[in-house]
Amino acid sequence: MEEKKLITGGEFLVKETSPDDIFIPEELDEEQRMIGESCKDFLETEVFPVVDRIDAQEEGLMRSLLEKSGELGLLGITIPEEYDGFGQNFITAMYSSEVLGAGYSYAVAYSCHTGIGTLPILYYGNEEQRAKYVSKLATGELIGAYCLTEPGAGSDANSGTTKAVLSEDGKHYIVNGAKMWITNAGFADVFTVFAKIDNDRVLSAFILERDYEGITFNPEEKKLGIKGSSTRQVFFNDVKVPVENMLGKRGEGFRIALNILHMGRIKLGANVIGSAKKAIDQSVQYANERKQFNCLISQFGAIKHKLAEQVIQTFATECSVYRASKALDNAITHSVANGDDKGRDTMEAFNQFAVEAAAMKVFGSEALDYVVDEGVQIHGGMGYSAEMFIDKGYRDSRINRIFEGTNEINRLLLVDSVLKKGAKKVLPVMELAEKAFEEVKAMNGIPAPAEGWIEEKDQYVANQKKVVLMLLKAASEKFNRTLVTEQEILSNISDCIIQVYVAESVVLRLKKMEAMKGEEACKIYRDMADVFVYDAAARIAKFARDATYSFAYGEVRDLLEKGINNFTWVAGVNVKEARRRIADQLIDENKYCF
Amino acid sequence: MRILICISNVPDTTTKVKFSTDNTSFDDGGVQWIINPWDELALTRAMELKEDASNPVSNVTVVTVGSPAAEPTLRKALAIGADDAIRVDAVSTDAHFVASQLAAVAANGDFGVVLCGIESSDYNGSAVGGMISEIMGIPSVSAVSEFKFDGGEVVLSRDIDGGKEEVSVPAPFVAIVQKGIAKEPRIAAMRGIMMARKKPLQVVPAADAESFTAYQAFAMPEPKAPCKMVDADNVKELVNLLQNEAKVL
Repeated sequence: MEEKKLITGGEFLVKETSPDDIFIPEELDEEQRMIGESCKDFLETEVFPVVDRIDAQEEGLMRSLLEKSGELGLLGITIPEEYDGFGQNFITAMYSSEVLGAGYSYAVAYSCHTGIGTLPILYYGNEEQRAKYVSKLATGELIGAYCLTEPGAGSDANSGTTKAVLSEDGKHYIVNGAKMWITNAGFADVFTVFAKIDNDRVLSAFILERDYEGITFNPEEKKLGIKGSSTRQVFFNDVKVPVENMLGKRGEGFRIALNILHMGRIKLGANVIGSAKKAIDQSVQYANERKQFNCLISQFGAIKHKLAEQVIQTFATECSVYRASKALDNAITHSVANGDDKGRDTMEAFNQFAVEAAAMKVFGSEALDYVVDEGVQIHGGMGYSAEMFIDKGYRDSRINRIFEGTNEINRLLLVDSVLKKGAKKVLPVMELAEKAFEEVKAMNGIPAPAEGWIEEKDQYVANQKKVVLMLLKAASEKFNRTLVTEQEILSNISDCIIQVYVAESVVLRLKKMEAMKGEEACKIYRDMADVFVYDAAARIAKFARDATYSFAYGEVRDLLEKGINNFTWVAGVNVKEARRRIADQLIDENKYCF
Repeated sequence: MRILICISNVPDTTTKVKFSTDNTSFDDGGVQWIINPWDELALTRAMELKEDASNPVSNVTVVTVGSPAAEPTLRKALAIGADDAIRVDAVSTDAHFVASQLAAVAANGDFGVVLCGIESSDYNGSAVGGMISEIMGIPSVSAVSEFKFDGGEVVLSRDIDGGKEEVSVPAPFVAIVQKGIAKEPRIAAMRGIMMARKKPLQVVPAADAESFTAYQAFAMPEPKAPCKMVDADNVKELVNLLQNEAKVL
């Protein structure tokens, strides 16, 4: 049998993707949908009725919710069956994360436990460590947390000063230091802690249990949002950690931390979809009840614009997140089949998709911020009142741009990953950039639009990629090794890459949906793609110009300018009518229905 | 004792109801389907009874009348805990047709108890349970809010005006259950979901049966009149509106 061609991380910039190679939510099977329903039922029966009590951090409540989730098997969806989990694939994990993402602070505690709280041990633990901890984490008997950030080491995680020193008898590491912003710290039993052994320059990882002597906690942090999630500082004072509790190899901690974060970032992309859909439901339901000037406010064009844009941003996130999930799922399967360490091989697949993970983290968190911000606006004065749930969604959303690596760090590492893959010849970035420059030199005006709606969109996306490649080449040549310090330019390029990835994902989903359901049934989705691609072109042009005028001069600048003008051109779209049609469908259904 | 639960596959209760352009059929485009809430309570009670080893319940079967599109709903019932499922391969047309199909399945399977929800949340006919017992020639007890075994005997409680009555009934019988029969519907656990795919789901052809009624047309309720707010101090205006506008005084 011919081996299936694998998509590699970042490849979307240099190759066309076939709709056959992506996953769209319409393909969720009966079992996956049932798992999603159970997640939804859990939120509706166990979480939403006690949201205020969760936010007040009622003693024992969050832990009991996690334990109940464990009884239902929701903590072990992707854990292998040998550790009392259910061995589901990454797409199912993403779908359940999406649904549970609507659960406010509970969603944060759940994500922390099932992600950074459990997976370091599953993927990097040895057999004894897995046997001791993973089954109990999968069933909720133990709750996990992850201690990376320190008061002086946030984005620069490797600069942490927590120390581990081998005891004289060689049986323990003595750990000293402080960690902060530790989710689930108030009730977690098991902590993955990163520390430097002796004078190592890089981190190592250790598994610590709550009842080890010398671990103390500060009171709960007072936070802007996710008030119900436990967040504390954790202190280690001469904590004796058995040597067998070192996770992975000495010095492997930073790699573990980064790979776990790649996974966390893409999962955050799924979480925000659930939160966004909930905020849209709240927004449209309010707009369908509130009257002003003797008219439901949902009938006003200004409100329709907001509702439609909430939908478009959410839909676009969904297209991209599930596309990336399938590529990752395939990469995990391939990596595990061809390796000898299932855990490390799985994490290696996440590492490969650092570009997509960062893109989803940034785009998804900013899309959700847009959705909840306009949600508050649609609610008017009531949106500013703590009486309505939209204020909670607004406050809870904000953390997504900060944790799992700030959006600023993610923007920078995204471009860095692309350039490294280019330098290693994994992706032919410079070669294709050179071709794009040649094409621009020979161009005489805007290229003629392709025939057909889909073909036209394909052409736009393909051209937008050329702008990205030209910028990458020009900036690399201009700054060489000092490019890393040009954070504004890197962020501009990163934003272009993110917009291209999302726009292409929307078009790919449309192609696949139309093949499944026919063009007529997908008309409203064409409206979404029309608006998104049209807007993305303008955004790419702006980011690209900002970058170009920041560093390019002479012929390079002229060519970049010409390339931007020609390659970001798109035909006009009646965005007002398209948005109205999208909003009308939402208003008619009174809930997210796409 | 084997228990048969009749499941109706109904639109999610938050579904925005729409009809075909000529208003003669329900437009099921984009609808999410669920187990009829009353049937789900019946299933929950059956599972509770089966899980208590002191009760003589050996098997719980779920049955529905519908197209293959109804199978996810049956699978969900299996995930919640039913042992096996039957789908009668037919589009339900009216209560008599559905009851005839369910009665044929019940008669075929040596079931001691047939449980039905008191109504379905879509058409709210409240007719099928009684019809099954009539077609099968077995007793039925309606509005059952409690179902227990007492020394091997079935004891049912019914809500009556101002109180309750307890009845005993010999098997086989039909129990038409209402709210109160079980606490809360269960969430399908991961283990149940994984097991559901391995449990038998049998598809049987429809029995010959007549439909006595046919839908002529559906109509949506008139939109509600706009709400008028009257200041709490302005009783005169309120009386005026009730007398002269609403004409209820």
